[in-house]
Amino acid sequence: MALLVACGGSEAPAGGGNAPAAKDATPAASTPLPGMITAADIKPPLDGDIDQGMVTKGKEIYEMKCLSCHTLTANRVVGPGWEGILKQRSPEWIMNMILHTDAMLETDAEAQAMLEECLVRMPNQNLTTEEAREVLEFMRTL
Amino acid sequence: MRSIPKASVLPLLLAAGITMPLVQSCKPTNTKSAVTGDAASKVFVPPGQYDEFYNFVSGGFSGQMSVYGLPSGRMFRNIPVFSVDPESGYGYSEETKPMLMTTHGFMPWDDSHHVESSMTNGVPDGRWMFINGNNTPRVALIDLTTFRTKTIIEIPNSAGNHSSPFITPNSEYVVAGTRFSIPMGSDAERDVPIDTYKQNFKGTVSFIHPDAETGKMEIAFQITAPGVDFDLSHAGKGPSDGWFFFSCYNTERAHTLLEVNASQNDKDFIMAVNWKKAEQYVKEGKGKKVPGKHYMNWWDDKTHNAISEVRNEVLQLDHTELKDLLYFMPCPKSPHGCDVDPTGKYIMGSGKLAALIPVFSFDKMIKAIESKDYEGEFDGIPVLKYESVLHGEVKKPGLGPLHTEFDNNGNAYTSMFVSSEIVKWNVESLEILDRVPTYYSIGHLCVPGGDSQKPWGKYVIAYNKITKDRYLPTGPELCQSAQLFSIDGPKMELLADYPSIGEPHYAQAVPASLIKDKSVKFFRLEDNNHPYATKSEKDARVVREGNKVHVYMTCIRSHFAPDNIEGIKMGDEVYFHVTNLEQDWDVPHGFAVKGAANAELLIMPGETQTLKWVPTTVGVKPFYCTDFCSALHQEMQGYARVSPANSNVPLSFNTKHADAGL
Repeated sequence: MALLVACGGSEAPAGGGNAPAAKDATPAASTPLPGMITAADIKPPLDGDIDQGMVTKGKEIYEMKCLSCHTLTANRVVGPGWEGILKQRSPEWIMNMILHTDAMLETDAEAQAMLEECLVRMPNQNLTTEEAREVLEFMRTL
Repeated sequence: MRSIPKASVLPLLLAAGITMPLVQSCKPTNTKSAVTGDAASKVFVPPGQYDEFYNFVSGGFSGQMSVYGLPSGRMFRNIPVFSVDPESGYGYSEETKPMLMTTHGFMPWDDSHHVESSMTNGVPDGRWMFINGNNTPRVALIDLTTFRTKTIIEIPNSAGNHSSPFITPNSEYVVAGTRFSIPMGSDAERDVPIDTYKQNFKGTVSFIHPDAETGKMEIAFQITAPGVDFDLSHAGKGPSDGWFFFSCYNTERAHTLLEVNASQNDKDFIMAVNWKKAEQYVKEGKGKKVPGKHYMNWWDDKTHNAISEVRNEVLQLDHTELKDLLYFMPCPKSPHGCDVDPTGKYIMGSGKLAALIPVFSFDKMIKAIESKDYEGEFDGIPVLKYESVLHGEVKKPGLGPLHTEFDNNGNAYTSMFVSSEIVKWNVESLEILDRVPTYYSIGHLCVPGGDSQKPWGKYVIAYNKITKDRYLPTGPELCQSAQLFSIDGPKMELLADYPSIGEPHYAQAVPASLIKDKSVKFFRLEDNNHPYATKSEKDARVVREGNKVHVYMTCIRSHFAPDNIEGIKMGDEVYFHVTNLEQDWDVPHGFAVKGAANAELLIMPGETQTLKWVPTTVGVKPFYCTDFCSALHQEMQGYARVSPANSNVPLSFNTKHADAGL
């Protein structure tokens, strides 16, 4: 099943990103799929000071559910390394990859490009929105 | 139920044709004539769509329970219960081994029989299924959120737990009655000549209470009974709630050639048990603790481990001392099925050798008890007068009546083993309404909710002992089968055939809506309290304790950590404690290591399971994931190096990435 990379329609990509890899991909659509996270949905927004409490929780979640595949360096293991990840991906794209993994792999051009490179579908680790936001806070420190 | 050998069926069928010409031909040669034009559309469930009912079917001598969809007849799962299952590691992993512990040691097999639903207000509630182990007397509880065996309790002072695991209307008790009566008590009391059956053999019926919170089961009390064979049972309901009914055969008390010697009496019995009275006696302290060592094995979804607890005694109520507990209703002739209609007003016993089906009235039974309308006593138990308790008889229903299920319109459906048919009749009027052939030799049958107070009706499924020419031949060993009939209209209509696993003794069918939304999709890692869980790949490690090597391993699509292990020596016992770090539905990982003498592990997301491995040769041994998990599944592999016992290779372990510098 995981070989069926392009099983979703690519006409409705769901996330906006600014990764270099996206240059050759279909431009991101302005309206995400229903239920997907938009920049306005991210609470608290990322413009404030880093919340160390959230970082601690995010790191714990990372170690249990993400570390097997993502390093904290720039090197890819199974999935991409996380160093500087917020310079490459928008916060809402990351939140959607965490929370709506399958929908993203089926509709988002950048997610599909990543899958073509990595060949392993990113598992949905069933985080809550709050937990995904904590992981995002942890990413702010990387 | 194979009481009538296959070899004897044909002569019996011939005899049936001669003596009962009204009975339909048992083996129509033209199957097409039995299937009408739109049968296919009635069982077709389009790809990707769901069935309307779950059907939980006894796995018979496979020891398991299988799960089908109705009306499609598609099989979803074969749930391991009483037998080991190398596919899932059930009975092979260190965690599951205690589930199969008994006073006889580890039991890798049993003969599973009847499936019963947990009930609330007399209706299946979709919470649990129960199934009995016949050979080493046990009762199992299956949790329908995980479709796994949650609890297995052993039944002491029992042999051949056949009349089980039928349940009271609010799941207060699940029963277990002895098929074989046996001598009980001390070693000296049990070591007696077999031909002292009449003096020394006795039976018991046990009432097991399942705990509503945990699903743990305990024997609340056990009632002694005369030494006969207890065959099947069903609980009273509605007006008869508080009573339990057991069919009894071998009231001749034969101990050899029962085929002949236990078929002498014109009537055997239905035993009525007043369980509310038994509860009262227990409250009054009239039970006696007697020796009755047994195991209670229980699966904990949080520690992902089974625990075995041993009980040494059982609370027994002595039927010879405590009155008003047991009564006998005479029932022709070697009754098998013992069924209670949805209103709870009628009880029927299906005499395997009888040419009629007696239907007993609960009201009349109570009146007969109150007026002491007895025809005698059997082993001190009052025998009520047949005519006084009888509602009526279904005349000439067919040959070899076995079991009866009910619809929601006052009709009964009785399986006829010898004449290979289902007979539909009205419970009040006793009039036969329809009959339809089955292919071949039907045993049990099942209507959705068909032994409850509110059957859903719609279908009756025949469970056949013999398939002979129904499917492509597969050598001498053929499958047994299910046949689905529509009962919506005035005539039963054959819709589909499909094979079963093992011998399908009884089944339950309940609407999918009661179960499907409660299904567990994965186990939360945060809740994993397994003592050897590894909840982050950074904690993956190998620890030596003497000659025991514990591998704390994680897996996720698609690698193990650690995947290179050195420093294992000959003579070591290696325990692979594998935690699946996935947190999504339908992503198990398998684990197999070369030379493992047990089986594989199949580890559900968030779960930890342990495979014990004792290397037998020096060398580098591969291990790998057996369950295709991703495009790089074939890369999900590793090596364990085994060195001689006296080697100095240090213990080491890692999962190294070529670029990541890990």
